[in-house]
Amino acid sequence: MTAPFDLNDDSVVVIIGTGAGGGVLANELAQKGISVVSLEAGGRYLPEDYINDEWDSFGQLAWTDPRSTSGDWRVAKDFSGLPAWIVKAVGGTTTHWAGASLRFQDHEWKAKSTYGDVQGANLLDWPIDPREMDDYYTKAETKLGVTRTGGRAGLPGNNNYKVFEAGAKALGYKEVHTGRMAINSAEYDGRMACQQTGFCFQGCKWGAKWSSAYTDIPKGEATGHLEVRERCHVMRIEHDKKGRVSGVVYVDAKGKQHEQKARIVCVAGNSIESPRLLLNSASSMFPDGLANSSGQVGRNYMRHMTGSVYGVFDQPVRMWRGTTMAGIIQDEARHDPSRGFVGGYEMETLSLGPPFMAAFLDPGGWGREFTTALDHYENMAGMWLVGEDMPQETNRITLNHDIKDQHGLPVANVHFDDHPNDIAMRSHAYKQGIAVYEAVGATRVFPTPPYPSTHNMGTNRMSEKARDGVVNKHGQSHDIANLFVSDGSQFTTGAAENPTLTIVALAIRQADYIASEMGKKTL
Amino acid sequence: MSLRKQGMTRRQLLSQSAVFGASFAIGSGFVAGRVEAANWALEVEYLSSETMATLIQMARDIYPHDQVSDAYYAIAVKGYDTAEAAETIEANIAALDAAAKGIGYARYIDVGWERDRVDLLRAMENSPFFQQVRGGLVTGLYNQKAVWPIFGYEGESFSQGGYIDRGFDDINWL
Repeated sequence: MTAPFDLNDDSVVVIIGTGAGGGVLANELAQKGISVVSLEAGGRYLPEDYINDEWDSFGQLAWTDPRSTSGDWRVAKDFSGLPAWIVKAVGGTTTHWAGASLRFQDHEWKAKSTYGDVQGANLLDWPIDPREMDDYYTKAETKLGVTRTGGRAGLPGNNNYKVFEAGAKALGYKEVHTGRMAINSAEYDGRMACQQTGFCFQGCKWGAKWSSAYTDIPKGEATGHLEVRERCHVMRIEHDKKGRVSGVVYVDAKGKQHEQKARIVCVAGNSIESPRLLLNSASSMFPDGLANSSGQVGRNYMRHMTGSVYGVFDQPVRMWRGTTMAGIIQDEARHDPSRGFVGGYEMETLSLGPPFMAAFLDPGGWGREFTTALDHYENMAGMWLVGEDMPQETNRITLNHDIKDQHGLPVANVHFDDHPNDIAMRSHAYKQGIAVYEAVGATRVFPTPPYPSTHNMGTNRMSEKARDGVVNKHGQSHDIANLFVSDGSQFTTGAAENPTLTIVALAIRQADYIASEMGKKTL
Repeated sequence: MSLRKQGMTRRQLLSQSAVFGASFAIGSGFVAGRVEAANWALEVEYLSSETMATLIQMARDIYPHDQVSDAYYAIAVKGYDTAEAAETIEANIAALDAAAKGIGYARYIDVGWERDRVDLLRAMENSPFFQQVRGGLVTGLYNQKAVWPIFGYEGESFSQGGYIDRGFDDINWL
């Protein structure tokens, strides 16, 4: 069969979402000759459409459907309707991501075994051996063209990196470089090299940064086995009397509802929308939502320990010039409980323009303490701190029946409380980040609170035993054999690294598994 | 009040891209309070010019940048000059003036020291009015492209080919 596919064609794999998980899975399956219908809630935007203006781009790409928040995290106070800064578009958040592509460290696959019991944390080992992932990581790095892997050169360091590197070396840090980035340092896979333009978060107008929007999606479509239906929001997943999923009901751009039949359904709407969809798909057979016999759907929401440090210097830095996140210090990523917390964190260069700096430097702040920071914007350097946060059962996505979206569906409430380990790690990271800048003469530093979540993980966690999680080691739901989870929500624990490379590697691996099981007629 | 005539359509503010050094022709009764001595003008339709002048001062006191002219603050708050917002804004500015009276001044804009005005604002910083004005300024002030160069920011660079040949790594003081 070739695309387009009929609504009643029940031989297709339906994938919900087209980002790092869904977009890659769609292409990988299509390359194997498997028929795929991808349903994407957002529209299609390509490099020529991206806008190099922070708020205008946010308006174009961000997922701004209503959501609510609760918990003690500061985001719930400062951005109560915007728990996450993620994208609604073909390509999902791969349009917005910074490109940092790091493998998990071996011990991070086994957080419970490595860290032991941490009070209040719902730690679990991934049901995956790190060695199983080596080849998939290599495939993912090859797909994304990750710098400093596979013989690909690193990116050159920009001004922001040079300040960061000088501070890191003055402190004695050893693992300091311009990152392993899915941003071309030389032409690769038909895409040009980085032109040091900035605005990595707004969609790369050169196409130098990997995004599924203009790589995997069109490649999959070119096979004739992938049909992408954009501006189609999936409302619920349907199942048959045997309890196997049978299709999905979605609403198209004109507001018309359709049901697409399916042989297999893969959910890849990210860690907020994926559990919301499973919960919104509750039926008389599955009153608590699909794949939720463990009660773990929506739980263990992780967002990484994050924070930023900005430093002001007596001379110009112009941090906005060049690749936004091509700079990393990895010395603190190790697990070393002597620092007062388990797990570790990465330090990565970061820049915001004045419009976002005003919104995020100290949300709610005003007066000269605030404005003198922006007065010296040109002399500012910035870094992001990102580390492993503790999964907690009570940090979770639930349905908020008091607020409905434009389709009349209950919205997601995102509840998050920091774990004491997260707080201890953040305070250590602030101290080290400040030290980096003070080592090169910063006259003032700003330990900046977390932004709305860009890394969303864990709400349909992978577990060896069905009672502990939602999906097995292949992302296949424990309860329903032909229902898969294909995004970061399957993360058992979060590790310290930016999650995209691991999401991509898991999607490539899941495609192999689905193809194999389809071949064996077990699916 | 005379500014609130039916059918008035002259709300137009000085153009955001205009050179602020030029004087603007203004109809009588449309000049904001502080602008007589300055070389830019804001027409108000629903708010009194005095209220608009106070709102501009309040905006500056919330996000004071000494190198940023009042014109940009005026642009940031001009959106409150609407039929819907006017009554609330007038009432809240009246309350601010009343607070100024409490420390011995006729009006908020008569309070000479910034620190004294800021004290008045601190006392009301949790009010919906203050938070509305402050929150609106975050985008209303800092998302003005004309303000960015004052902070040294260059905005988009794609149209010039990025910074690959234009100083992405030109730092020279490390």
